[in-house]
Amino acid sequence: MSTAHDTVDFAVALAMFEPVLGIETHVELGTNSKMFCSCPTAFGADANTQVCPVCLGLPGSMPVVNRTAVESTIRMGLALNCSIAPWCRFARKNYFYPDMPKDYQISQYDEPLCFDGYLDVTVETDDGPRVFRVEIERVHMEEDTGKLTHAGGTTGRIHGADYSLVDYNRAGIPLIEIVTRTIVGTGSLAPQVAKAYVAELRNLMRALGVSDVRMEEGSLRCDVNVSLNLPGAELGTRSETKNVNSLRSVERAVHSEIERQAAVLTTGGRVIQETRHFHEDTGRSTSGRSKEQAEDYRYFPEPDLVPVAPSEEWIEELRGTLPELPALKRARLQAAWGIGEHELQTIVNAGALELVEAAIADGVDPAAARKWWTGELARIANDRDLELTDLPVTSAQIRRVEELVADGSLNDKLARQVFDGLIAGEGDVDAVVAGRGLAVVSDDSSLLAAIDEALAAQPDVAEKIRGGKVQAAGAIVGAVMKTTRGQADAAKVRALLLERLGVSE
Amino acid sequence: MTAITRAEVEHLARLARLQLSADELDHYAGQLDVILQSVARVAEVTADDIPPTSHPIPVENVYREDVARPGLDRAEIAAGAPAWQDDRFRVPRILDEE
Amino acid sequence: MAVMEGDLVRQEAAVLARAIAEGEVSAEEVTRAHLDRIEAVDERVHAFLQVTGDAALETARAVDRKRSEGAHLGPLAGVPIAVKDVLTMRGVPTTCGSRVLEGWRPPYDSAVVERLRAADMVILGKTNMDEFAMGSSTEHSAYGPTHNPWDLDRIPGGSGGGSAAALASFEAPLAIGSDTGGSIRQPAAVTGTVGVKPTYGGVSRYGLIALASSLDQAGPCARTVMDTALLHAAIAGHDARDSTSISAPVPDVVAAAQRGDVRGMKIGLVKELGGDGYQAGVSQRFNEAVEILTSLGAEVVEVSCPNFEYALAAYYLILPSEASSNLARFDGMRYGLRVGDDGQHSVEEVMALTREAGFGAEVKRRIMIGTYALSSGYYDAYYGQAQKVRTLITRDFNAAFEKVDVLISPTAPTTAFKIGDKVDDPIAMYLNDIATIPVNLAGNTAMSLPVGLAPEDGLPVGLQIMAPPMADDRLYLVGSALEEALVDRWGHLLIEEAPAL
Repeated sequence: MSTAHDTVDFAVALAMFEPVLGIETHVELGTNSKMFCSCPTAFGADANTQVCPVCLGLPGSMPVVNRTAVESTIRMGLALNCSIAPWCRFARKNYFYPDMPKDYQISQYDEPLCFDGYLDVTVETDDGPRVFRVEIERVHMEEDTGKLTHAGGTTGRIHGADYSLVDYNRAGIPLIEIVTRTIVGTGSLAPQVAKAYVAELRNLMRALGVSDVRMEEGSLRCDVNVSLNLPGAELGTRSETKNVNSLRSVERAVHSEIERQAAVLTTGGRVIQETRHFHEDTGRSTSGRSKEQAEDYRYFPEPDLVPVAPSEEWIEELRGTLPELPALKRARLQAAWGIGEHELQTIVNAGALELVEAAIADGVDPAAARKWWTGELARIANDRDLELTDLPVTSAQIRRVEELVADGSLNDKLARQVFDGLIAGEGDVDAVVAGRGLAVVSDDSSLLAAIDEALAAQPDVAEKIRGGKVQAAGAIVGAVMKTTRGQADAAKVRALLLERLGVSE
Repeated sequence: MTAITRAEVEHLARLARLQLSADELDHYAGQLDVILQSVARVAEVTADDIPPTSHPIPVENVYREDVARPGLDRAEIAAGAPAWQDDRFRVPRILDEE
Repeated sequence: MAVMEGDLVRQEAAVLARAIAEGEVSAEEVTRAHLDRIEAVDERVHAFLQVTGDAALETARAVDRKRSEGAHLGPLAGVPIAVKDVLTMRGVPTTCGSRVLEGWRPPYDSAVVERLRAADMVILGKTNMDEFAMGSSTEHSAYGPTHNPWDLDRIPGGSGGGSAAALASFEAPLAIGSDTGGSIRQPAAVTGTVGVKPTYGGVSRYGLIALASSLDQAGPCARTVMDTALLHAAIAGHDARDSTSISAPVPDVVAAAQRGDVRGMKIGLVKELGGDGYQAGVSQRFNEAVEILTSLGAEVVEVSCPNFEYALAAYYLILPSEASSNLARFDGMRYGLRVGDDGQHSVEEVMALTREAGFGAEVKRRIMIGTYALSSGYYDAYYGQAQKVRTLITRDFNAAFEKVDVLISPTAPTTAFKIGDKVDDPIAMYLNDIATIPVNLAGNTAMSLPVGLAPEDGLPVGLQIMAPPMADDRLYLVGSALEEALVDRWGHLLIEEAPAL
């Protein structure tokens, strides 16, 4: 296990070394059927119920390529500014492992479908946003493996298990692998750049509709390569941290690996080329297989599949299906809404960009649309572990709430309760307002009665206000709001109070 | 081509997951050497400008539509499995992580 | 004409089909006759690994019922057939001649088996083969060798020795084989039967347990050219489950077999496939056949295919390479044999122990050769170069087919050799395929048919006809004409001269 003195503080590490990154990302495509057979791909099905001779690797079975998977890969390649290979083949990657039904994986080797692209990612810095261009080496197609459960023993982990159980439902689900070239020049921003890159990939895949990228289900997995070198020196030996499965983990994995390698290097050690395993719970990685003796995968062209040779027409047709890409869309909306980078980032981070855009298109006031979707609604979704898009709130409802706020029937606090009621299924806006009795108390006499009551209860405060300390009015207003259970317009209470005491602002 | 050694045969057997006996290692070392020397003559005729043939018939772009269909009955799969537990294939303990 | 009960097993498939369709004999009677024959002789021949008698009779009765109900029957309905154990058949043990698959019952039918069922054919059982089709003698079967019905001490060829021996011993009128380097044609040659390797992609490989995916092709085996054509037509055609399946229409092989005409055809005699290394009687019968073809109106010219010299070397790199990958899945995890699972051995050890115990010597030999040839550092020198040779061989064929309509050669350099003679001499064994291998490398099509007995040993000699891809019909045009002329000369099919068992 790592202990504190195994690492060098991040800032110290970055003062001495330059980090170099490389990221390999595997994403499950959201196709209906598997990469090479017609088995369904639904997540969470009973074990071994979505399998057939092909994805079980039964003797005699043969693969047939899913057209949609090829199209999704080409579309992703186009979105990543890649060249599309006019002719390429699948290859067999040969290695024995029990989650691999054929003991080879059908992948692509030296002929990827897409190559030589880039993705620009934006990172927030103290000096404002900074754009890094991440170069994409290749995007290729392959198939996923089955899922192992380690049983017996005490840890539930692979080491110490007595045996393992295999569910092949996941075997054969289409994956695309996106490989970056080395990412240099990030300095201390390396962890953020890595995270921003993966986040942007995710946004892109969602925008293209090629995958819903549910990271919690393991549908996006990263292998993160890190090396350190002294400024001006040649690249250092890299480690490969496998199975980094969330945005936060990507950032932490880079961060901790920089600290670990810096510790090795500053104590006269040598970084070994190895595979490391990232542990979500500790945020640290442990050493896996040494890669000094490289695996010999004995790649060769897959004879059971014919070459993929996309025509110019097909590629152009697919290019025509690309939606507005996220980066362009963000720039456009930021300009249209006249908001700053920070506010835009807040909307993006809340996953609310499309919702806000739609609400504005539906006639909701732009500021209100942004406020509700990134504020109260985001909070509710987060509390209930829901996607923002899963909330049953319509633009018409937001508009109605805004009307009620504008005419003074609702205040901000009450409006929040209206959304709570909407999501709880209590009917439409007016039904929630009526049902919960949510209405601003606007009857002057009852407000005045409440004010008098509050003044009587806090005579010292009343004196101060009369003496001209207008800022003390808040205590009385607060008390009134409390007795009216928030159903009063605070500004109005304040005005009535000052009038009552004959004081002006 | 250099002669293939017993150690190389051992390495190949490990790569191919064959637990060869000592006798077999000796036996195959000799035979593989003879076979590999006789097939190495493929190098005699070929020049750089000859494209390799991986597929005998030039067919390209064969795809299926992305339509899901049910697969096999689980009971039938279980019946063929060497070991089965909790609706899954049971396999011996794994020492190395991939 | 009434078919005599006692003669049923000696009938041609075409005759049986007609008799069944016309009600002269029931499919059940035909099936029973063949099952009885198997019962009587297979103990000595050992053509079958599995006889599915009950299922066969059930299928036969269903055909008879269909007929009595007036349903339309296909041209081979009710005809029995033997299937090489390399093809999956739902619920029926499928072993590929290997211990590693002992007892495995596939949960699905291969495309070929589906076609046979759709044609209302009666599957008698699964035939013996060299383990995973690696061999030329059927001695490499884990379940013991098959014996050549012409001389039980001799090999029936391989890997499809079981299918060929079933035909030659009158246990079945038709059989399915698979041909990766000659496994249909060489057994046909040494048993006096007919076999065709269709164009690569002509018959679906779905459910054909792969030896070398870029070379394998299932095909028809029979005792006559016409029967072979009928079976060819029944199993060929596009299948969406095999990506390498050709979507074009199947050449009309039956019409070609009916026509049987070589007048005006140009036939190329491959210079490199003959002469030294070919048994005298093989050359003699081959030359006589060439004379017959000339007398029938064909122009026979010599053609050189200089790169064929390298075919054997390329083949014994490509095949083991692909096989080493195709056979990786036999690891004892999901089906078949598992050895050493005692709670102590790791998964890696259990895989290695299983494969060590489950595979025979030839399979292990080829897996290691293939593993070597694909290894980084050796790939370019071995596998990469072999694929270039493949290109050159295809070019040789293309150049030849610009000059001639078909090519011919002896199918195998020798007649059937004695069981045990070459079993641990891989190079000697590999030479059996020297004439058949080029076709697999180039993906085109070829037939072997009997052209007589070698005078020195009285054993059958085969002639190979090779045609361009998707010109399978030419094989039948030539084969049928030659067969007719030979039968005219002999007064009967060559197979009639096989000793009674």
